[in-house]
Amino acid sequence: MKTIYLDNGATTKICPAAEAAIKEANEKFFANPASIHHAGIEASKRLERARKTIANTLGASPEEIIFTSGGTESNNLAIKGLSFQNPSKKHIIASKIEHDCVLNSCKWLEERGYEITFLDVDKEGFVNLQQLQNAIRPDTLLVSIIHGNNEIGTLQNLQKIYEICKKKKAIFHTDACQSFTKAPLSAKMADMITINAHKMHGPKGIGALYIRKGIQLTPLAHGGGHQQGIRSGTQNVAAAAGFEAAIKEAQKQKKQIKNMQNLRDYFIKSALKIPNSTLNGAEGNSRLANNINISFAGVEGESVAALLDMEGICCSTGSACASKSLDPSHVIMAISNNSHERAHGSIRFTLSASNTKKEIDFTLRALAQAVKKLRKISPLKR
Amino acid sequence: MYNKKVISRFKKPKFAGEIKNADAVGEVGNLKCGDIMRVYIKVKEGKISQIKFKTYGCVAAIASSDILCELAKGKTLEEAQKITGRDVLKEVGEVPALKVHCSILAQNALKKAIEEYKKKSQ
Ligand SMILES: Cc1ncc(COP(=O)(O)O)c(C=O)c1O
Repeated sequence: MKTIYLDNGATTKICPAAEAAIKEANEKFFANPASIHHAGIEASKRLERARKTIANTLGASPEEIIFTSGGTESNNLAIKGLSFQNPSKKHIIASKIEHDCVLNSCKWLEERGYEITFLDVDKEGFVNLQQLQNAIRPDTLLVSIIHGNNEIGTLQNLQKIYEICKKKKAIFHTDACQSFTKAPLSAKMADMITINAHKMHGPKGIGALYIRKGIQLTPLAHGGGHQQGIRSGTQNVAAAAGFEAAIKEAQKQKKQIKNMQNLRDYFIKSALKIPNSTLNGAEGNSRLANNINISFAGVEGESVAALLDMEGICCSTGSACASKSLDPSHVIMAISNNSHERAHGSIRFTLSASNTKKEIDFTLRALAQAVKKLRKISPLKR
Repeated sequence: MYNKKVISRFKKPKFAGEIKNADAVGEVGNLKCGDIMRVYIKVKEGKISQIKFKTYGCVAAIASSDILCELAKGKTLEEAQKITGRDVLKEVGEVPALKVHCSILAQNALKKAIEEYKKKSQ
């Protein structure tokens, strides 16, 4: 059975250029970049080259880029690091559709005396800018709002959000793991930006946090004082090299974003021909180029995904049955007025540039069959 | 994640569907938890002569509904009423811990159907 991989929002296949860069770095630059000998200096140079590429991509300077183990760590560092550094301000604003690592970092602080405002989103998943403006208070330390939503693909207008934050003197952080290299993103759009490599064909286990010059963070990991003392630990030169290579590869293939958008829109249009189906998230340029998320009334997502899996198709669902907590997707709940049926019946497909129309047509047929089959045995009349 | 039996019963359930002129119907679950099971029965000489189910839910929920129907078919109402979640689980085999709760719902729908039948025929 041929695998049709449509779960690139979960993770991607590493690209050959990144693999080659990792291999080369492991061979030539294995030394500790903190060492004083020539091998260490060479490794350090290789590492700093990768940092510079990332900085350039965002329009930042290299000292503003801290390597981390990925999106989760970058988000934790931004939120907790800033909070620990500024104990007098105890109010944080986030949206209701943040990734779990932002949500749970905020909730962890909430249990320790912080006040968190979780902003509503509209039915397409956009935060309410008026509500944001009204929510920022003198003791508001941080606003953290996800750029491209990992479940429903909605892209927030970062410029507008940042303007409000600047005007009202709150620091703005955005989680851009999903949008990095897929949508316009720069250091002009936020004070702190989280990115990672494995969502864009780089290696797993490496990410970065852009921290605007002047913003102080308390480190979460104390140690040898690496990376300006913000993130101690021997640096992973090979992973950084792989990250860099994946970015360069993505930049070479700008045209592929347009192709992906077209394939995405073809998928959405075709899938919505299935009766009683609803698109989750925004449309057009306000949607991640690779994200498709549709709810089917009367069926449960894990069952749909299981039937598709039997055809070789990899996708994901916002159904509670597929989550570790048995809670349905908080993102779909937030955009649907807490409709359990919408959340349980949601299926997400996330493309990569290498998916073909043929694969999509096969998937659309399998999807229509799966929904039909499950509706036939569903007690819900739809 | 699921064993072969669960997958095959999910893929090709033997008892899926409805009985148009059922003697009784029992339903459990709700949209909030994401599982709804409805069991239809026909009774002949005190025994379950026909049984079908309709289930909204995950792989485990659908497979265990089907297995419950198999366990209940041909049994007297008294016997069928005594089928427990554990009996169903024994037939289902290994399921992930989080899926146990949806695997032991189906027999409650059957119990409700039997109760309804008994009430009706009093
Ligand atoms: C939006 C978003 N933020 C954060 C993460 C976590 O990133 P990582 O897996 O690198 O820790 C992910 C991916 O799982 C994500 O999609």
